[in-house]
Amino acid sequence: MSGALLEVRDLYMAFGGVCAVDGITFDLHPGELLALIGPNGAGKSTTFNMVNGQLRASGGSVRLAEQELVGMKPRAIWRLGVGRTFQIAATFASFTVVENVQMAVMSHQQQIFSLWRPAANRYRDEALMLLKQVGMDAQADRACSELAYGDIKRVELAMALANNPRLLLMDEPTAGMAPRERNELMALTKRLVVERGMAVLFTEHSMDVVFAHADRIIVLARGKLIAEGEADEIRSHPKVKEVYFGNGLTFEHPPEPAVAARIPA
Amino acid sequence: MDLSALLAQLLNGLAGASSLFLVATGLSLIFGVTRIVNFAHGSFFMLGMYVSYSLIERIGVGPWRAVGFWGALVLAALAVGLLGALVEILLLRRIYKAPELFQLLATFALVLVFNDAALWIWGPEDLLGRRAPGLEGAIQLFGRAYPSYNLFLIVIGPAIFGLLWMLLTKTRWGVMVRAATHDREMLGALGVNQAWLFTGVFALGCMLAGLGGAVQLPRQPASLTVDISTIGDAFVVVVVGGMGSIPGAFLASLLIAEVKAICIGIGTVHLAGIEISFSKLTLVVEFLIMAVVLVIRPWGLLGRLQATSRNSAPVEAPLKPGSNWFRMTVIGVFLLMAMLPMLDQSLPYAAVLGQDILVAALFAVSLHFMMGPGGMHSFGHSAYYGLGSYGAAILVKLAFMPMPLAMLVAPLVAGLGALLFGWFCVRLSGVYLAMLTLAFSQIVWSVVFQWDAVTGGSNGMVGIWPEDWLSGTRYYYLTLVLVGLSVYALRRFVFAPFGYAMRAGRDSSLRAEAIGIDVKLVQWLAFTIAGVFGGLAGTLYIFSKGSVSPDVISVSKSVDGLVMVLLGGIQSLTGPVIGAAVFGVLQDWVMRATDYWRALFGGIILFLVLAFPEGLAGISRQIETLWQLYRPAVGVVRREKLT
Repeated sequence: MSGALLEVRDLYMAFGGVCAVDGITFDLHPGELLALIGPNGAGKSTTFNMVNGQLRASGGSVRLAEQELVGMKPRAIWRLGVGRTFQIAATFASFTVVENVQMAVMSHQQQIFSLWRPAANRYRDEALMLLKQVGMDAQADRACSELAYGDIKRVELAMALANNPRLLLMDEPTAGMAPRERNELMALTKRLVVERGMAVLFTEHSMDVVFAHADRIIVLARGKLIAEGEADEIRSHPKVKEVYFGNGLTFEHPPEPAVAARIPA
Repeated sequence: MDLSALLAQLLNGLAGASSLFLVATGLSLIFGVTRIVNFAHGSFFMLGMYVSYSLIERIGVGPWRAVGFWGALVLAALAVGLLGALVEILLLRRIYKAPELFQLLATFALVLVFNDAALWIWGPEDLLGRRAPGLEGAIQLFGRAYPSYNLFLIVIGPAIFGLLWMLLTKTRWGVMVRAATHDREMLGALGVNQAWLFTGVFALGCMLAGLGGAVQLPRQPASLTVDISTIGDAFVVVVVGGMGSIPGAFLASLLIAEVKAICIGIGTVHLAGIEISFSKLTLVVEFLIMAVVLVIRPWGLLGRLQATSRNSAPVEAPLKPGSNWFRMTVIGVFLLMAMLPMLDQSLPYAAVLGQDILVAALFAVSLHFMMGPGGMHSFGHSAYYGLGSYGAAILVKLAFMPMPLAMLVAPLVAGLGALLFGWFCVRLSGVYLAMLTLAFSQIVWSVVFQWDAVTGGSNGMVGIWPEDWLSGTRYYYLTLVLVGLSVYALRRFVFAPFGYAMRAGRDSSLRAEAIGIDVKLVQWLAFTIAGVFGGLAGTLYIFSKGSVSPDVISVSKSVDGLVMVLLGGIQSLTGPVIGAAVFGVLQDWVMRATDYWRALFGGIILFLVLAFPEGLAGISRQIETLWQLYRPAVGVVRREKLT
C-alpha cells in the first residue's frame, strides 16, 4: 500500500521451537494511532521489539518509509526517527527529570562525545518544552528516582519525543496509571499525532483506552493477526470475541455415559 | 617430553585440581547464595594450612599419629568453618544491604587482619607440614616414582564434589541453597530464615577452603603469601566455571590445573628458532584461559546470567555542580598543598607524603571515573599505572627519549593498553568485567616480570629521574599542577554530555540504546580515558621515585585503588580524592606505628565500612540528615509528617 509510513510484511519470530510471531502484516500511516491488542503471550511485545530493533526478526520485513529496518540496531533505528517507550518504564535514575530529556536531545544532536562544556545548560529549554507537553515541567528539577510510576512514564514519553519522531512505539503506555491519568496521557498522545502528523503504534491492555483513542486496531492471538479494523468492527468481530472471552467450551465436556446413567432423568 | 612424563604431569594436574576445586567451590557457593565476593577466601585457605599444621604437631605424633593426622585435617576444616560462621554473624550480616563493593572492601579488610593474625601466631617463617602417615612414599607409575599422597588428592576432589552434589540435591537444606542461588528474595518471601541459611553457606564455604588448605599442607609449606595467591586462582576458577556453579568450578579447576601441568611438562621448546618457555607461562596461563573463556562465554563455562538483585545500592543522587563554598575549599586545599615544600625545615617529610598522595589521588580519580559514572568495576587498574611507569622507564632508558617527551608519551602507551583491553572488557559487565580487568593486569604483570632484557624482571628498573631543571621541589610542583589539571579535566568530562552518556548507559543501557547512545562505544572510550590518566599517575610516580618494580602492577596495587575509591564513596566525585588522602596518611601513620600495620589498617577499614556505609564523602550527607532531623523547627514539621 502506498503512503504508508511503516510497512510490516510477513514478520516472523521463533524462539527455539516456539513461534512467537507468525507472519503478521500491517501498515501504519502518518497521523494514525494504531492499537495492537491481544491476550497475554499473543506476541505484542515481540512485534514491538522487532520493529525497534531490540530483537532481530527471524523472517519478514519491516520498512520505514521504504527503508528496511530488520537487522539494524535500536540506536540506528532511533536515528531514523523512531521513538519508543517501554512496558516497564526505563529512565536514567541518577538524573533529574529535565536531564533525562536533555540526554535524549543531546543524543539527537550528536553531542554524546562532547567532553568539555557542561551538559546542564545544553538544550534545557527544548527539554523543558517537551516536559511541558507531557505536563511534567513543574517537576523538571526533581530526581527521576523519586517520581511516581505514572510520572516516570510521562518522562519516558518526553524522551521518546526528543528526536521529533515520525513513528512512536508505546508498549503499554498507561500500565500502572490511574484511570484519569490514562485518559489524559492518551488524549495527549492523540494531540501529538494530530499536531505533528506522527504515527503511533501502541499496545494496551485497557480496552477503554483502546476503544476511546485508537484510530484503528489490529488484534494478535498466538502470534497471528486475527482481525483488523475500527473500534466497532473489532468489538463485534467473532474471532476477537473468541480469543478474549473464549468460546465457552474449554471446560465443557459431554457427560460420561456411566455418570449420565446414574443421574435420574 | 615422552608419553610417561606427560601422563605423570597429567596426574600431577589432577592432584592440583582437587585443592583448587575445594577452595573455589566454597567461593562459588558463597557468591551464589549471599552475592558476596569473598576476598578473604584465600585467607581461610591459608588458615586451614596453619591450623592443620599446629594440630598435626600436637596430635599427629606418637603411636596414634595416623588417627591424629587425618583427624587434624578434619578438625582444621571444622575450625575454619566455625571461624567463617563467626565472621558471617559478626560482620557480614551488618552489611548485606550495603552496596556490593562495600562488602568486597570489608572482606578485603579481613584479609589484612587474618594475615597479621597468622604472622602473630605462627611467625614469618614458612612451615612445612609432616607427611601423611601411610602415604609417605612413592609408587611406581609408568616407570616413574609418583608420590602416593597425590593419589589421595586425586580422589578427594571428586569425592567432595560428589558429597556436595548429594547435599545440594538430596537434602532440604540443599534445595534451599539452590533456591537462594536462583532468587533469594523469593525464598525470603516464602518464609525461609535467610540469616541462618547464609551463615550455614558461608561456614560451609569456609570449611571447604580450610579443608583445601589442610590437604595441601603435605605438598606445600604454609606461608603468609598463600592467601593472595590462592584467592587469585580461586577467582579465576570460579569465573571460568561460572559464578555460583559447582560443576563449573570442578570443570574449570580441572582445566586450569591440567593446562598448567602440561605447560610445566613441556618446558622450554624451540619453535622456528624462537625459544618459548612454557613453564614460565604458568604464571599467566590461567588468566589467558579466563580471558578466552569470558570472551567466548561471557558467564563462564557453566554459568548463567545472574539476575540482578532487587536489594541493590541506593540510587545515586543527581549531579550538582560545586557550590562557591566547594570551590573555595578546593582552592584552599590546592594552596595548602602548594605550601607543603616550604615546610621542609619543620616537616621535611610532608612534601614526600604530599607527592605520594597526589599520585594516589590521580590514580584513584581515574579508577573512579570508570567505576562510578562508567559503572565498570575494575580489579586491574594497576595495569595502566604499570604501563605508564614502565612505559616512561623504557622510553627514557632504552629509547633515550627526553624526559618531558616521555612523560607525554607514556600515558598514551597506557591508553593504548586500555584501548586494547577495554575492547574485550566492555563486552562484559559486573563481576565478570572486573575479573577480566584483573586477568589483563596479571598478564601485563607477568610480561613485565619475565621480560628480563627490557624490564629488568623482578629487579625492576632503576635510575629514572627527572631532568635537573625539573627535579626536587620543581617536580613536586609539576606533579601538583598536572594532577590538579587532570582531576579538573576528569571532572569536566563527567559534567559534559559524555559523562552524562556514561551514566545513562550505567543506569539503563536499554533506554540509552533506545535514544541512540552506543553504550559499548561510550564505555570503551571511558575505559581508555581512565587508562590514560591511570598511566599518567604511574608516570608521575616513577619520576618521583627513580625506580620501578613489578609490584606497581600487582593485584594489591589495584586493590589499593579500590580501597581509596570505596573509602571516599563511589557515588561522590570528590570521594576518590578524599579516599586517597585518607588512605595515604593512614597507611603512612599506621605503618610507622606498629609492625602489625596490616591488621590495624584492616581494623580501621572495617570500622569505616560499618560506621559509614556511604563512604567518607557520605559523612557530610549523613551529618546533614541528622542535623535536619534534630533541628527544632524542621524537626517538628518532620514529626508531624510522620504521624
